[in-house]
Amino acid sequence: MKTFNRVGLAALSLMLSTSVAFAQTEVTWWHAMGGELGEKLEEIVAGYNASQSDYVVTPVYKGTYAETMTAAIAAFRAGEQPEIVQVFEVGTGTMMAAQGAVYPVYQLMADMGADFDPSAFLPTVVGYYTDTEGNMLSMPFNSSTPIMYYNKDVFEAAGLDPETPPKTWEELEAFSRQIMEAGAAECGFTSGWISWAQLENFSAWHNQPIGTLENGFGGLDTEFVVNGPLQVKHWDNLKTWQDEGVFSYGGPGGAADAPAKFYTGECAIYMNSSASRAGVLANAEGFEVGFGMLPHYEEVEPQNSIIGGATLWVLQGADEAQYKGVADFFSYLSSAEVQADWHQFSGYLPITQAAYELSQEQGYYEANPGSDVAIKQMTLNGPTENSKGLRFGNYVQIRDIIDQEFQALLTGDKTAQQALDELVSRGNQMLRDFQAANQ
Amino acid sequence: MDTKRTVFPSQGLPYLLVAPQLIITIIFFIWPAGQAVKSSFEREDPFGLSTSFVGLQHYLRLFQEPAYLASVGRTALFALAVTLISMGLALVLATAVNRLIRAGTTYSTMLLWPYAVSPVVAGILWWFIFNSSTGILPYMLEFFGMRWDHQLNGAHAMILIIIAASWKQISYNFLFFLAGLQSVPQSLNEAAAIDGAGPFKRFWTIVFPLLSPTTFFLMIVNLNYTMFDTFGVIDATTAGGPNQATNTLVYKVYTDGYIGLNLGSSSAQSVILMLFVIVLTVIQFRYVERRVQY
Repeated sequence: MKTFNRVGLAALSLMLSTSVAFAQTEVTWWHAMGGELGEKLEEIVAGYNASQSDYVVTPVYKGTYAETMTAAIAAFRAGEQPEIVQVFEVGTGTMMAAQGAVYPVYQLMADMGADFDPSAFLPTVVGYYTDTEGNMLSMPFNSSTPIMYYNKDVFEAAGLDPETPPKTWEELEAFSRQIMEAGAAECGFTSGWISWAQLENFSAWHNQPIGTLENGFGGLDTEFVVNGPLQVKHWDNLKTWQDEGVFSYGGPGGAADAPAKFYTGECAIYMNSSASRAGVLANAEGFEVGFGMLPHYEEVEPQNSIIGGATLWVLQGADEAQYKGVADFFSYLSSAEVQADWHQFSGYLPITQAAYELSQEQGYYEANPGSDVAIKQMTLNGPTENSKGLRFGNYVQIRDIIDQEFQALLTGDKTAQQALDELVSRGNQMLRDFQAANQ
Repeated sequence: MDTKRTVFPSQGLPYLLVAPQLIITIIFFIWPAGQAVKSSFEREDPFGLSTSFVGLQHYLRLFQEPAYLASVGRTALFALAVTLISMGLALVLATAVNRLIRAGTTYSTMLLWPYAVSPVVAGILWWFIFNSSTGILPYMLEFFGMRWDHQLNGAHAMILIIIAASWKQISYNFLFFLAGLQSVPQSLNEAAAIDGAGPFKRFWTIVFPLLSPTTFFLMIVNLNYTMFDTFGVIDATTAGGPNQATNTLVYKVYTDGYIGLNLGSSSAQSVILMLFVIVLTVIQFRYVERRVQY
């Protein structure tokens, strides 16, 4: 055994010295994965670099999604851009419109002769990132969807069945009140990403349109219509629930205060990305976590939820050898083994059918109850034009508007109808600006 | 102030001597400011692939936007509060430390620490302290029957950013006030004391007027600080919310330009902000400086 080790070591050192001797092509990847996810990402890249000797991929952490995207755009303007950049789903509209700056993935894979089958990817994921002809413009990497986490111990203490999460908003309200009356928790529920979970996904889940022209997929002429009766009803409820303590607001954007409300046992139920799973399990000390699909209102059958997360965009301006490296790396990234590993570690969706099947074969879902809630919820029904996603320009700013109007609702400055009407008119102005800048 | 005229033997030397400063000013201040003015008249996509001239459109839009006009008033409130609080407290602290003979250096060093903390870290620190579920301050305020919630209460949020922004600036002001105080001749104080003036009388009639150049300088620096340098603090604590209650002019420049990638409007806003500060500084030099005794 010892001699074998020594031989192995010698072989390794030889390998290392020869790989230095060859000039390897370098590919830079700017990403926004911090913490445990960032470490896992680096592990994946290290695995790729060790698997072949032609290319070296260097991952660089650039901060939040917004910071990473802005950094890449600034770098592009200065001619210093990375080959690959991770862009969050709300930046998709901006990236798609930048036709001279991005190298569409389908074209890259074809030009470089890479082995690439777009149909291997889950349609609900890929649909978000294809152009009107169905061509895949960016490489899906981390996609998630909001789900419901709940505190089983609190449920039990309140006399509820800890294995039965609320299915409807009506149930959720009743459960919350029971929990609060029993003194098992101070508040019923909190939510990350109000814009994403309580408006966009809420609309898709209830099969309500967010914007005209198939939620913006049909063209830049799109207008918001998210002030429909069901959305108004939901926001109205959220306001009432906030006042009564049933709901506890965790802040704008990703809702920085929401996780702590759930981790400390203040709130019994928590809605956030399926990719929060690792964080929830690590931080939920002293209680057991249950998983459930997003609730729906009794009068509407649930449709399917939509994704968030990020994809990898390739930027123009590199040489062919580097693009060959990018194509090779993407093939590696989308392989079933890598994808299944990433999916199981992070709680992001398996983005290819093969990765999903591999995870099933490996018995992952049986061993980890609740880990398949996200994918079941995503694929509950075939997507309609209201539930395949959304595509709006200037959406980073529009998300801010959503947060502002939601806060105006909670502070009592506006009714739900007024807030959503104002959101629609301010959002539409952003859409017209984007249209004017990109025609 | 009496100035001494220096005569240089050659014509080129003075220009050569100011050249490094001029070059730095042009490269780092004038040129970017010019770029901002230029792009405030243009509409451009984020990548800079297509640019079109739109004239005054960005400016006209801003002045029709109620949210922008509200943020002007808010910024004035914020700037005044931060300047008053941070300068007032710094003056109190500096006067106190100035009276100490042995422990003065230790106190000064400790009082200077917050200045070394980066704005974002300072913001996060205050965010922790004021966090409505885990923070210590809301917990303590609850004993007094007060529910702290800067996530939804605009006034609370404004108080939070004023405290966070002032805290950092106190150190800076303290340093200048202390230096100013130390240059006040002790003999004047002693003479007044002999004439029977109490400590407060001495402070207001002798020390404070002699400090006026420092106070004047700090006022300009502090107003500039709050106008330009506070977006990190705001970003880490309230992110401009709730419902824009803490969205100051500079934070709006940052979010529209850096996060929203709307460079045209963001540039127009920064040009307006620049004009505001220029006007303020001119007013201060013309009217306030007259009362300053060098």
